Amino acid sequence: MTAALVVGHGTEVAGARRRSRTAWLLLAPGLLYLFVFFVAPVAVLLLTSLFERVPGGPVGATRPAFAVSNYVDAVVTYAPQFGRSFLYAFIATVLALAIGYPLAYVIGVRCRTRPLLQGVLLVLVIAPFFTSFILRTIAWKQILADDSVVVSVLKTVSLLPDDARLTATPVAVVAGLTYNFLPFMTLPVYASLERLDLRLVEAGGDLYATPISTFRHVTLPLTMPGIVSGSLLTFIPAAGDYVNSALLGNAGTSMVGNVIDSRFFRVVDYPTAAALSVILMAAVLLLVAWYVRRSGTEDLL
Amino acid sequence: MSGRDLELVSVTKRFGDFTAVDDLSLTMPSGSFFALLGPSGCGKTTMLRIIAGLESPSAGRVFIGGEDITATRAHQRPVNTVFQSYALFPHLDVIENVAFGLRRRREKHVVERAMAALDLVELRHLAGRKPAQLSGGQQQRVALARALVNNPAVLLLDEPLGALDLKLRRQMQVELKRIQDEVGLTFVHVTHDQEEAMTMADTVAVMNAGRIEQMGAPQELYDLPRTPFVANFLGRSNLLAGTVTDEHGGLLGVDVAGTRVQVPADRAVARSGAVLVGVRPEKVILLGADDPAPPGATALGPGTVADVSFAGVSTEYLVDVPGAGRMSVFAQNLTGVSATPGGTVRLAWSPQHAFALVDDGAPDDGTGEAVEAAELSEAAAP
Repeated sequence: MTAALVVGHGTEVAGARRRSRTAWLLLAPGLLYLFVFFVAPVAVLLLTSLFERVPGGPVGATRPAFAVSNYVDAVVTYAPQFGRSFLYAFIATVLALAIGYPLAYVIGVRCRTRPLLQGVLLVLVIAPFFTSFILRTIAWKQILADDSVVVSVLKTVSLLPDDARLTATPVAVVAGLTYNFLPFMTLPVYASLERLDLRLVEAGGDLYATPISTFRHVTLPLTMPGIVSGSLLTFIPAAGDYVNSALLGNAGTSMVGNVIDSRFFRVVDYPTAAALSVILMAAVLLLVAWYVRRSGTEDLL
Repeated sequence: MSGRDLELVSVTKRFGDFTAVDDLSLTMPSGSFFALLGPSGCGKTTMLRIIAGLESPSAGRVFIGGEDITATRAHQRPVNTVFQSYALFPHLDVIENVAFGLRRRREKHVVERAMAALDLVELRHLAGRKPAQLSGGQQQRVALARALVNNPAVLLLDEPLGALDLKLRRQMQVELKRIQDEVGLTFVHVTHDQEEAMTMADTVAVMNAGRIEQMGAPQELYDLPRTPFVANFLGRSNLLAGTVTDEHGGLLGVDVAGTRVQVPADRAVARSGAVLVGVRPEKVILLGADDPAPPGATALGPGTVADVSFAGVSTEYLVDVPGAGRMSVFAQNLTGVSATPGGTVRLAWSPQHAFALVDDGAPDDGTGEAVEAAELSEAAAP
């Protein structure tokens, strides 16, 4: 009896070991991929960010060093671009939430009894992805052009002074960011609204909560996971974006992404570009950590 | 504060072509424990949702304490519901779930009052838990506390015990009754479990196809059903089709397949023409083929025993009586087995226990549902 038990136990351990070996084997391609395309590049980026320029050498020549001053210089020189990046990304995220939440609510809650309509509306949300990101951004140039309907209507109703324009302004950049990242906000919010148990909403009404109060105390907290993931998916790429600023803005709207782009590819100043990238990455990480903690959704995520 | 009375005046609710509630009027007196009993799909939950304000009636008015609340919305009504699914807020802990209604009305001493409500359902020690960490019975009690704490004029219970196992259900029935006595609110309890309705409620309304078939105290309803549906949904009945032949000294004589059966005239819905004579299975006694009937009793038979099922407290005999159909008899197990399948027996009962209904041409109406209900409530023998 005891022997049988021991034998049984032994087989179990061996089995577990075999299983874990299989697991590692299956994980290997993924881990390799992660190492080659994520860990290694980040390490190279970190190292490059500490290189120094060769005095009097050819354009772009650098040598290994431990130049922490690269970071100080980058922050001091490009503080306005950093500020703009986070400000534009923040405004775009808030706008995307303001547009995306009602949209997701209509699709996920109001259209629940009509699956066909729900499907069609979801496809419409995703449809912009069928065209290229750049093309869509260029299209916004037309929409906001000086002789466009939007501008002339705004001028007619005196919301815009007669000599004003929309292209090459922060408004255009933020509009572009909002538009381009809207599906990233709408889809996660839709997913959480779709799961919302409407009986809880009824229970809120039954317990003296007005529709607004029910939304604030029941619907909103229950869909917080969707809001958090949606705003992360919008804010992070928007903060690092340079296409919208490059196509819809001007020098006065340039964001960190634009600086990194020009440092890498035009000025060939790798250390500064690398330092800027690392700072952006770290700043986004910090903001995300704070945000997730702040919204108190760890246990809901 | 005690409850207020609830009045429905010709309430109708239609969903497209389907009429869920059909011109229904009733008054539930203040402080009563009222049960709406009926098979699923009979409109009882719709009725409850209309009272709660979660559904608006197609026609008719709803009054609470004499005040017309038909046009008000759910959050404006002095009514709270214990939902079938409990609908506890998963993101709030137990105490905040209970305090929800108080906070929305900006009441004072919210936490103390919520704690007192949790005391009432004996769950104070779980105040800090999330609903997902509670068992079904505990969740049910939290839902009850969450509704009770608001001191509503009317408390609605939508089959709140349906998801509980039998033992817990019995326990919660006793508990609910105790709480209702204690707080004195008007309780409206929707259920398809006839035994639950009978044990708990002061007044039972039996609903069928959007209408109230009959309403009254449980004993009254059981003793003297007024429609074939009630006779079979609330407990079981033997219904015999016959024709009224005479009336003498307060007793109707009814011809059932050649046998004269007597029914007290004051227990008859119809006093002439085609009627259904009903008698409860436990009121019928079995006689041997040659035994004389007790004096004054109505006797029927002989018939053949088709089935005998032993249920512990009692034994159920199914007897085929030529011309009258299959009769059911519940016999207390006092004298041991007195009949076996295939045996010949006669049936007898006191006329005082018989009742007569209008024969609407569908004597089997409701029978199928009654069997189902009996199975659901595990109430084989009363």
